[in-house]
Amino acid sequence: MEFLFELAKSFGSTLRDVVPIVLVLVVFQLLVLRQKLPRLKQIITGFALVVIGLSLFLVGLNDALFPIGETMAAQLTASNVATTEEQVRWMDYMVVYAFAAAIGFATTIAEPPLIAVALKAQSASGGAISAWGLRLAVATGVAIGVSLGCFRIVTGTPLQWYIMASYVIVMIQTVFASRTIMPLAYDSGGVTTSTVTVPVVAALGLGLASNVPGRSPLIDGFGLIAFASVFPIMTVLSYSLIISKLGKGKTPPAKGDH
Amino acid sequence: MTQVLKVLAGRILGAMRDLAPIIVVIAFFQIVVLQQPFPNLGDALIGLLCVVLGLALFIHGLESGLFPLGEAIAQAFTKKSSVVALLSFAFCLGFGATVAEPALIAIAAEAAEIVALAGHIENVESVREAYALNLRIVVALSVGTAVVIGVVRILKGWPIHVMIISGYVIVTVLTFFSAPEIIGIAYDSGGVTTSTITVPLLTALGVGLATSIKGRNPMVDGFGLIAFACLAPMIFILLYGMIA
Repeated sequence: MEFLFELAKSFGSTLRDVVPIVLVLVVFQLLVLRQKLPRLKQIITGFALVVIGLSLFLVGLNDALFPIGETMAAQLTASNVATTEEQVRWMDYMVVYAFAAAIGFATTIAEPPLIAVALKAQSASGGAISAWGLRLAVATGVAIGVSLGCFRIVTGTPLQWYIMASYVIVMIQTVFASRTIMPLAYDSGGVTTSTVTVPVVAALGLGLASNVPGRSPLIDGFGLIAFASVFPIMTVLSYSLIISKLGKGKTPPAKGDH
Repeated sequence: MTQVLKVLAGRILGAMRDLAPIIVVIAFFQIVVLQQPFPNLGDALIGLLCVVLGLALFIHGLESGLFPLGEAIAQAFTKKSSVVALLSFAFCLGFGATVAEPALIAIAAEAAEIVALAGHIENVESVREAYALNLRIVVALSVGTAVVIGVVRILKGWPIHVMIISGYVIVTVLTFFSAPEIIGIAYDSGGVTTSTITVPLLTALGVGLATSIKGRNPMVDGFGLIAFACLAPMIFILLYGMIA
């Protein structure tokens, strides 16, 4: 009974999230486009499935994944703390870095928007970019990013140094990257951090910042999402460089190249 | 009927494969590192079932509904060939998708709290709420504008790296003049504003436009809308933190 109530609540919030988008679509369809959309019935069914699927997905995450993930994040960050010592040794937090990398990787693989972009990239590139290759590259980036972000929280070093250094690396990589992969690489920064990753990673950051002596959750707890958004750009650019060097990557269709 | 069951079974298998890494990681750390039993294993299993089923339905709906919808709209706008209509649609889609986004509501409330604690605004509930609401509107406007810029780029075939790197330079410069409390929030905001439904729709729209406009390549020109939608909130939250 309680479960049904939760499901209805999740359905309601997903619906509320979708309403503005549907409104924009309907208004433009009726007032501006005024053309019959092909496969309209299939599209409406698909849209309904997306809303139902997402509600179920979120209820399940709230029931199964998030409580365990948050408890684990709290226990791991609290278990090996040198509580009263002024000197925080970053080496003491090795387990946290390992957990951050593993959970960052795993949640990214299950991230629905990333699956969507990967499927689209595979079809748009005519198969030159594989959906799984892209997802693994992005997940690796998130793993490195979240792990390094935890190191930053433990050491208390300023966030902007890391992010700006990452920007410089991205700029250098851009010089060598092929133009077909660049837009996809930039996009992959934004799609990684969504429904599954953000709650778990945010709990990890806040837990770490409240447990490490001398850190404030308000100032140091943020920033993990930023790490998880920048590093996938680097790993996707590297991934494209590797597949083109290996010669396995067939050149994507270059029609209309300019 | 068997056809439907076959498709559904395939989707569920795919969803299980997508979720396997999370289960492995959590089980490993729970059993090997923390050495604790699972709390409420029964509840967790039911939840897991929902996650698998939900992901399977979502992916199916994505391929049968959201992707064709994005493509159909892109084609309809190309046929109509009214740039004003297309750009106003792009703006409304970006604004509408962002303004009610739960992650943005959460981050705006946190930002108001931090700024109030730092003494930049009065620490009263009404002032904080006004600050958070304004921030949300600013971010939604910025995402709408970003999607418009992204669509113009597709139409014109401008190179994306010049634009994105200029964006990074702006973020870098603004960071130097920003209060440290707002920097973390601003950097994080880029990742959270694009939601699970907006991303597939924007991607299909971009690729659809690039496919139906002559002289554009789906890979070179079609992707990139998400990147713009992520960069704009960072710039606007930093600016907002300075002005407000």
